[in-house]
Amino acid sequence: MNFTLKIWRQKDAKSEGCFKKYTVSDINSDTTFLEMLDILNNSLILEGKEEPVAFSHDCREGICGMCGLFINGRAHGPDTGITTCQLTMRNFKTGDTIIVEPWRAKPFPVIKDLIVDRNSFDKILQAGGYISVNTGSAQDANSHLISQKDAEEAFDASACIGCGACVATCKNSSAMLFVAAKISHLARLPQGKIEAVERAKKMVAKMDELGFGGCSNTGACSVECPKNISLTHIAKLNREFLKAKF
Amino acid sequence: MNKLNSKIPEGSLNKKWDKHKLNIKLVSPANKNKLDIIVVGTGLAGSSAAASLAELGYNIKVFCFQDSPRRAHSIAAQGGINAAKNYQNDNDSVSRLFYDTIKGGDFRAREANTYRLAELSGAIIDQSVAQGVPFARDYAGYLDNRSFGGTLVSRTFYAKGQTGQQLLLGAYGALNRQIHTGKIKMFPNREMLDLVKIDGKARGIIIRNLITGKIEKYGAHAVVIASGGYANVFCLSTNAMGSNAGCIWQTYKKGAFFSNPCFVQIHPTCIPVHGEQQSKLTLMSESLRNDGRIWVPKDKKTAEKLRKAENPALEATKINEDERDYYLERRYPAYGNLVPRDVASRAAKERCDAGYGVNESGNAVFLDFKHALKKLGKKEIEKRYGNLFDMYDKLTADNPYKMPMQIYPAAHYTMGGSWVDYNLMTTIPGLYSIGEANFSDHGANRLGASALMQGLADGYFILPYTIGDYLSNDINSPSIDINSPEFDEATKNVKNKIDKLLNIDGSKTVDFFHKELYNIMWNYVGISRKKEELIKSLELIKKLKEDFWKDVKIPKDEYTVNQELEKAGRVADFIELAELMAKDALNRNESCGGHFREDFQTDEGEALRDDNNCAYVSAWEYKGENEEPIMHKENLVFENIKLSQRSYK
Ligand SMILES: Cc1cc2nc3c(=O)[nH]c(=O)nc-3n(C[C@H](O)[C@H](O)[C@H](O)COP(=O)(O)OP(=O)(O)OC[C@H]3O[C@@H](n4cnc5c(N)ncnc54)[C@H](O)[C@@H]3O)c2cc1C
Ligand code: SF4
Ligand code: FES
Repeated sequence: MNFTLKIWRQKDAKSEGCFKKYTVSDINSDTTFLEMLDILNNSLILEGKEEPVAFSHDCREGICGMCGLFINGRAHGPDTGITTCQLTMRNFKTGDTIIVEPWRAKPFPVIKDLIVDRNSFDKILQAGGYISVNTGSAQDANSHLISQKDAEEAFDASACIGCGACVATCKNSSAMLFVAAKISHLARLPQGKIEAVERAKKMVAKMDELGFGGCSNTGACSVECPKNISLTHIAKLNREFLKAKF
Repeated sequence: MNKLNSKIPEGSLNKKWDKHKLNIKLVSPANKNKLDIIVVGTGLAGSSAAASLAELGYNIKVFCFQDSPRRAHSIAAQGGINAAKNYQNDNDSVSRLFYDTIKGGDFRAREANTYRLAELSGAIIDQSVAQGVPFARDYAGYLDNRSFGGTLVSRTFYAKGQTGQQLLLGAYGALNRQIHTGKIKMFPNREMLDLVKIDGKARGIIIRNLITGKIEKYGAHAVVIASGGYANVFCLSTNAMGSNAGCIWQTYKKGAFFSNPCFVQIHPTCIPVHGEQQSKLTLMSESLRNDGRIWVPKDKKTAEKLRKAENPALEATKINEDERDYYLERRYPAYGNLVPRDVASRAAKERCDAGYGVNESGNAVFLDFKHALKKLGKKEIEKRYGNLFDMYDKLTADNPYKMPMQIYPAAHYTMGGSWVDYNLMTTIPGLYSIGEANFSDHGANRLGASALMQGLADGYFILPYTIGDYLSNDINSPSIDINSPEFDEATKNVKNKIDKLLNIDGSKTVDFFHKELYNIMWNYVGISRKKEELIKSLELIKKLKEDFWKDVKIPKDEYTVNQELEKAGRVADFIELAELMAKDALNRNESCGGHFREDFQTDEGEALRDDNNCAYVSAWEYKGENEEPIMHKENLVFENIKLSQRSYK
């Protein structure tokens, strides 16, 4: 398969960026999107005229949350329920022109080309996204009975990989889905209930402080989320947050 | 004099750890506040250690090369974590977990370490649950278990196919909590490039800031390496793209002995290699072998037909039961599809080499859920493996609910690593190594679901105690001065190496060399090894090293993100380490666990150990750039276990 790529190039955080056009040929349909970029990069390096395209990635199996590209206007590309690294080229037609951009959101400044700084996500979690238990003080694991339903719902929320697609997709750059997932995960478990209200308060305050926008319940985030994190978690967050206010 | 003192405590096996803890010197809370510790790595081992040490009051600096600690490759672990809780009442116990681990490791691990691991396994589950790790539950709300390869009890705790992710998020939460209190300073986007020693002790590290390209120095009273394994020597592996051997290799060159480098685990169930454009291999969790059955056609002609088919898996659904060879069930009736990984990998290679492989390349076998789907129903299978099936479907466009998966072995985990004593300290005073980075507990083959257990045992419950024994002698040392000549010297060396790499300006990319290394390692130092081929691999690796340093091409940009430079440094290390792996494999004149030498096998083609001459841990000492390294031996003493021919029949 052959493709024309229009890729966002930006030298560093301070420089202006622009799109540049490249072509790649002889790509297998089984090849992943990032492997296709590897092939482009190898040829750019050998040509020596331009630097290879910088993009984040690590596990390449959809779990570390490091990769994330805006492809033809969609976070993680045209397929759903997957990350960019899991996207194969059989989702495109040969001859296609593909537009590749970084996440665009004020709290995620571009570092270089397609790499953005998502440190704000860590900061939100540092503010309170945990159960405050010291090593060694736990009681026997089966002393908390947790219904299968609660355990599964907690798991579904906890499946978030912190990729930031939700923020990149939201027209307000809201981090609500990401924050709600963590709050909901912990609030559903008996161990996490004690701090639930405080936790919600602290995390939401941090999110606001870092410049993420408000949630207007459009739901686009959930559609593009590679882990299908559900909007119901936002409702749960709102409940916890209401408790925090009154 | 033997340079290796494993410091294994005297006394009976089940009292050793208790006794040892009692003898460990303590550091007062006030003094802990004055002591700094560097932790490199934020996987299960690093995060759990950093958080636990910070809770105790030490000042911690933590480093990782990803943009967030949560992205360490532990996140990718799928299947589960073992613990001898005996919740299933199936006669599990600490002793049984200990025995299974030693036997699974083909009797090449230390009894004392392995026993301690089994003893601590239960507390890990308690700790994780308290942190909110959503393990699978049964209908009454109790924790559920599944079986893993190499055992006959159900002791594996799991959270769907994302156990590593959930455990890591637990440890990451603990880490975040301490970052919030200020006890931990977190440095993401940093890659360690050298260790700094002062007066023989580990006192700091040199790192490259991967965003600015600047070289930075950090000092501490002790340094903990938790940098994961080195399976990426094989290029195509189940590890993350950035997983590297850097820390283990740099510290080896600074005097930390490297143990059992040739002990590599090739995982039997990965998605097979397709074509030339691939960058990594995706694991299909071992848990699938609970319900999936592995087979190839009985008839070679059928296999040939499959290889030419448009869609071999679809074609396979038409093959009758009596035409299928469930070769694991045939060869190992007692364990069947649940034999340990090394056994399953070799058996797959044997069938494919004999001409029974089922995909275009001839390097694939089937993993089939037909019977399980019939017996348990789609809903139950979906519940157990839904996300794994989806992952497979997305990647291959084959639907495992309708047709068998195609799988093949791939490099996955490294049992070898830095030599450590019972305290997890390397041969450099003040330098510790935990998690997959050390060699300690799995012998020649790791059992499934035991790496997560080991990383967390090291980080939560062992290192926080043992490091005090060393630091209690250091309470009067002031904070480490990073302007000392030792730091300057190390910084200079790192900068020189980077300059050297950038100035080669050759004609081939880093990826080219990494793939060449794959060809050498997979063919000659892989699943099955021959003496002559190992000798040949040593020549090829040497030549590759020369070519790399003459002909690699890396973009020059030093002071922004330069991912090629990062890769180049890692591949340079891999090439050197590959040589040591081949040497170690050549030296070990037996077959054991993941190390299979064709010249040492039983009549039935099983691994043939030599307990009289080879019951040792190799520990390689670096002697300089073009010098031969020296191998020291730590002889393994088995007081509680009778060595036997491992049999899964
Ligand atoms: C796909 C897959 C599935 C697995 N499934 C299971 C399973 O089900 N059960 C099980 O028990 N085990 C499993 N394993 C094995 C297990 O996941 C690993 O052995 C374990 O998680 C390793 O943890 P770690 O903390 O030692 O290292 P990692 O989690 O690999 O962490 C390494 C850390 O070190 C940092 N680092 C590395 N090099 C540098 C450097 N030079 N400078 C700075 N930082 C550095 C990284 O940034 C990272 O934070 C699996 C492994 C893989 C690959
Ligand atoms: S909620 Fe979904 S899209 Fe947002 S960070 Fe988590 S996984 Fe990514
Ligand atoms: S690279 Fe890890 S999720 Fe894509």
